[in-house]
Amino acid sequence: MTTTAVRPAAPPPVVLSRSWVPDVLRQSATLAWRGVTKTVHSTEALLDVTLQPVIFLLLFVYVFGGAIAGDTGTYLQYALPGVLVQTVVFASAGTGTGLADDLKTGIFDRFRSLPISRTAPLLGAIGADLVRYVTSGAIMLAFGFLLGFRASGGLVGVLGALGLVTVFAFALCWVFTALAMVVREPRSVQGLGALVMLPLTFGSNVFVPTATLPGWLQGFVEVNPVSKVADAARGLLTGGAVAGPTIAALLASAVLVAVFGPLAVALYRRRT
Amino acid sequence: MNSVIQVENLGKSFGTTRALDGVDLAVRRGTVLGLLGPNGSGKTTTVRVLATLLRPDSGRARVLGHDVVAEPEAVRARIGLTGQYAAVDEALSGTDNLVLVARLLGLPRREARLRAAELIARFGLAAAAGRRVRTYSGGMRRRLDLAVSLVGRPDVLFLDEPTTGLDPRHRNEVWDEVRALAVDGTTVLLTTQYLEEAEQLADDLVVLDHGRVIAAGTPAALKAEVGGQRLHVRPLHPTDLPAVTALVAGLIPGAAPAADAAGELTVAVPDPGLLVRVADRLDAAGLPVAELGLRLPSLDDVFLTLTGRPAADASEEAA
Repeated sequence: MTTTAVRPAAPPPVVLSRSWVPDVLRQSATLAWRGVTKTVHSTEALLDVTLQPVIFLLLFVYVFGGAIAGDTGTYLQYALPGVLVQTVVFASAGTGTGLADDLKTGIFDRFRSLPISRTAPLLGAIGADLVRYVTSGAIMLAFGFLLGFRASGGLVGVLGALGLVTVFAFALCWVFTALAMVVREPRSVQGLGALVMLPLTFGSNVFVPTATLPGWLQGFVEVNPVSKVADAARGLLTGGAVAGPTIAALLASAVLVAVFGPLAVALYRRRT
Repeated sequence: MNSVIQVENLGKSFGTTRALDGVDLAVRRGTVLGLLGPNGSGKTTTVRVLATLLRPDSGRARVLGHDVVAEPEAVRARIGLTGQYAAVDEALSGTDNLVLVARLLGLPRREARLRAAELIARFGLAAAAGRRVRTYSGGMRRRLDLAVSLVGRPDVLFLDEPTTGLDPRHRNEVWDEVRALAVDGTTVLLTTQYLEEAEQLADDLVVLDHGRVIAAGTPAALKAEVGGQRLHVRPLHPTDLPAVTALVAGLIPGAAPAADAAGELTVAVPDPGLLVRVADRLDAAGLPVAELGLRLPSLDDVFLTLTGRPAADASEEAA
């Protein structure tokens, strides 16, 4: 049995690989481009990325500000770093919904019938979402400055905070990716994602100082990684302890990736 | 040995459902094979195994000499797949969908754009090239899906129910494209529930039912297997159907006339001369008819003969 005997005289297949970049990275980058283009072309996805952080900030600062801190200006200084964390946590939950959607529509079948790396579609989706996290975070920060937020940490502090919350969102997105592989239905992923997200973001020191909470809740808030990330972002943006919470936040991120990364990839490989 | 696709004793179960129960088939180079059968007969499972999306439990499948389980990469480099549910990205434009696949196949940016433009023009999508696929009609979407599967100039193309849900005009457009591909030397494996589609496009047919091959051959050979001409009678008044059935049965010994939902009676006739006698008797009995004539067996008749039930009933049973 020879394969040359059945090769048609038509032009050869166009598959070439003359780039020095490893195939899997090149393919993932192409698929990340797809994800970003998709967001830019979809009004609701774009609003999700751009308007949601603005609405979060406006709501929390002007609804709760007076009651919690006495005046909105003071509360803005307290809450903005936390709302920044909340924004990227919400964005990272979107990763799960997007993947579940792709698996359902059959577009992943097309990718899998192509001679490309099996993990490229997953890496590409997450790559595109990293762009989304950074954009959402940057928009929220810019709007915060517009409202009068002052970053005593300067540009280094701002970039550090944005970088840190992006790392945390990246770590958390593996949880939602694993969830998407198990639950499958995009709407269920969204619903279950909210069940994970809401206690994580509200059961933290994002909106109120931990000392105001009942004892049993303080226990949860203390171990909640969102609190650590919020503390670190606060330290970087408005001053205060930086090293301790940053190390804790990075440690929590590393644990999330170490546990849920391999789990999500294994589930993805079984699923596809 | 000139088979581009070879399938031997392929088996696949999902839980307790035996989706493929020992399927054998072969597709010759540059021909169109029609895989025909009702819903749930194993057509899509066969295509998914051949396109390396699904591992078979048993048996062997080779595409262009490469085993689909052992050498999936080699298979993927040479095939194109158009799914039952057009697997294009709705949030991207037609051009972007094509560029995406071209880039994934390793084409540099400029060449990817050129290839996309070429396919957009070929499939008559120029006016909608920059629009999001979400706004496309069903026919445009299928054409784009077909175009996307051709980006890599595949030697073998799998079309899984390429025209399901399309209106006749759009269906004809897809048919023309498939014919043109076969003329260019592409080997095509096409699944369909439509007997007419299989008759129109396929050089060879394989009929599946409950995961087994129940017939294989050219459309002409299959028709010959089912026998000669068929007599069709449709009484003007549906209430006359029992009387007409009895009359026809009386004239053709051993025949089993079958009526369809539209009130049309079909029966195999050994002798074309019977048409005149049936007409005379109906006239004498005062039973007016809306239609009366002889036809060569259709693939519907083939399916009925092979499975003992019409293709449409079989789909309902599976659904």
